[in-house]
Amino acid sequence: MDAMTDRISSRLWPAGLTRVPYWVYTEQDVLAAEQKRIFEGPVWNYLCLEIDLPNNGDYRTTFVGSMPVVVTRAEDGEYCGFENRCAHRGALICLEDGGSVQDFQCVYHSWRYDLRGNLRSVAFSRGVNGKGGMPPDFDMSCHGPRKLRVTTFCGMVFGTLSPDAPEFETWLGPEIVSRVRRVLGNRRLEIIGRFTQALPNNWKLYFENVRDTYHASLLHLFFATFRITRLSSGGGVLVSETGEHHASATRAPPQGADSSYQGMRSDKESFRLADPSLLGMHDEFHDDIQLQILSIFPGFILQQVHNALAVRQIVPRGVDTTDLNWTYLGFVDDTPELRAHRLKQNNLVGPAGYVSMEDGAVGGFVQRGIAAAADELSVVEMGGAGAETQETRATEASVRGFWKAYRMHMGL
Amino acid sequence: MGDADTLFRLAALNTDYASCIDADRLEDWPGLFLEHCLYKITTADNHRRGYAAGVVYADSRAMLTDRVAALREANIYERQTYRHIVGMPALRPAEAGEIAAETPFLVVRTMRDGRMDLFAAGVYLDRVREDSGRLRFAERLVVCDSSRFDTLLAIPL
Repeated sequence: MDAMTDRISSRLWPAGLTRVPYWVYTEQDVLAAEQKRIFEGPVWNYLCLEIDLPNNGDYRTTFVGSMPVVVTRAEDGEYCGFENRCAHRGALICLEDGGSVQDFQCVYHSWRYDLRGNLRSVAFSRGVNGKGGMPPDFDMSCHGPRKLRVTTFCGMVFGTLSPDAPEFETWLGPEIVSRVRRVLGNRRLEIIGRFTQALPNNWKLYFENVRDTYHASLLHLFFATFRITRLSSGGGVLVSETGEHHASATRAPPQGADSSYQGMRSDKESFRLADPSLLGMHDEFHDDIQLQILSIFPGFILQQVHNALAVRQIVPRGVDTTDLNWTYLGFVDDTPELRAHRLKQNNLVGPAGYVSMEDGAVGGFVQRGIAAAADELSVVEMGGAGAETQETRATEASVRGFWKAYRMHMGL
Repeated sequence: MGDADTLFRLAALNTDYASCIDADRLEDWPGLFLEHCLYKITTADNHRRGYAAGVVYADSRAMLTDRVAALREANIYERQTYRHIVGMPALRPAEAGEIAAETPFLVVRTMRDGRMDLFAAGVYLDRVREDSGRLRFAERLVVCDSSRFDTLLAIPL
């Protein structure tokens, strides 16, 4: 263990998965350790979509945790990734969101890199008029930004900085693989919108919120009232063996009165839409799952809310600020009716989403609530103490799964 | 109708629009749109790329009514107000019977605890029609300069 881990380990954290100390959301050294041990550790980080890079020479800038990264399509079509940091003085190599190039040249001193991130030339390396220049033994092959191992799956590009990351599909496990394929498999994706939501909270509070099947119909009245999801609808939560990944499902609701919410704030049976065309579902997945929220450790979410599809990428910006990058998706073969329906149903999600806007704020409520509570503990005990798959969503099993994986990766 | 008159009426429409939102008369806001309309909040980047999705997307006045009802009845967000500062409309080529205009805006958001932020800046791209003696929006595209939305976008822009 290094000094950083020792310092973090000396803080209070009871054994088990049902208590989480608040210092994990507030301390700068924890964030720094997370970058090293989690984001740069043996995990696969979502980078971009394959359709972001349709041609050789295309690139897109993205993040692995707080690390800026360039993803490229090399001359032979291979997907490559490297840190967006010049090997000379550390400036960003690439300033744009994306584009198409033959090579990259740092604007600061014109050091030039190929599409795989290899340093190819150093300006004035032999000096000017026989004076100055780099030492004759300067070896360009020993200098370059850190490179990622990159893989693709269902139209998405993932990367890792760790030689110890397992093969991607093995790491996900067969159940999560099939749940991703259920939504994205063998379909030609099309981007229909991109938005960034700036969250006033630690990144983990958002990732926990995504995996928290308990809150959905209590915080989000819109869902409950229109029976888009209620915990009394069928469904459950799948948690991968290590706890790293999850997929929750909501199945078509049962008919008849439902009394399990009586007296709660989110119980408002009288609320009805003037234009109900927003609701309903085109049967594109040929099963009874109306909602599927899937997360891949440490910062990726695939969302299917009826026909509203999106991928979300979590980018930590500081202990109490996080960017959430939304990419709204459709498929190239969408009928005009289905596409129109997706555009309407996107009202459910995103920064202004009927059922997701609260998620943008509730993490901030926690972050502000715990301002003086670093050594206090939160309670994660709904549905027991384990992190295994459950046939109900009235459980925090998936949240405990996150902490199981987190403690494993952090060595805590 | 001359350009000066058109501009005056557009400015009055925009003033009414801003007042509906800033003075929390949201129930009056859908009435500024035609029954069949398009209201979309998007970003300059999405608009330029032709990405059709919005963070808010309504293709009927009833959907705008629902948006207001959801804000009043369903959604949870901290008390906050907007102050719209709307610039002078610039007329754009329009189809017969319509007015097309582009109008810059700024929105300052004031939170419950007094914190004020410049929340949004951009342009309204409008198609406006005469309807029962007044101008109403057939289309209002709210094109924000930035692709980042702070925390959440509850109240319309």
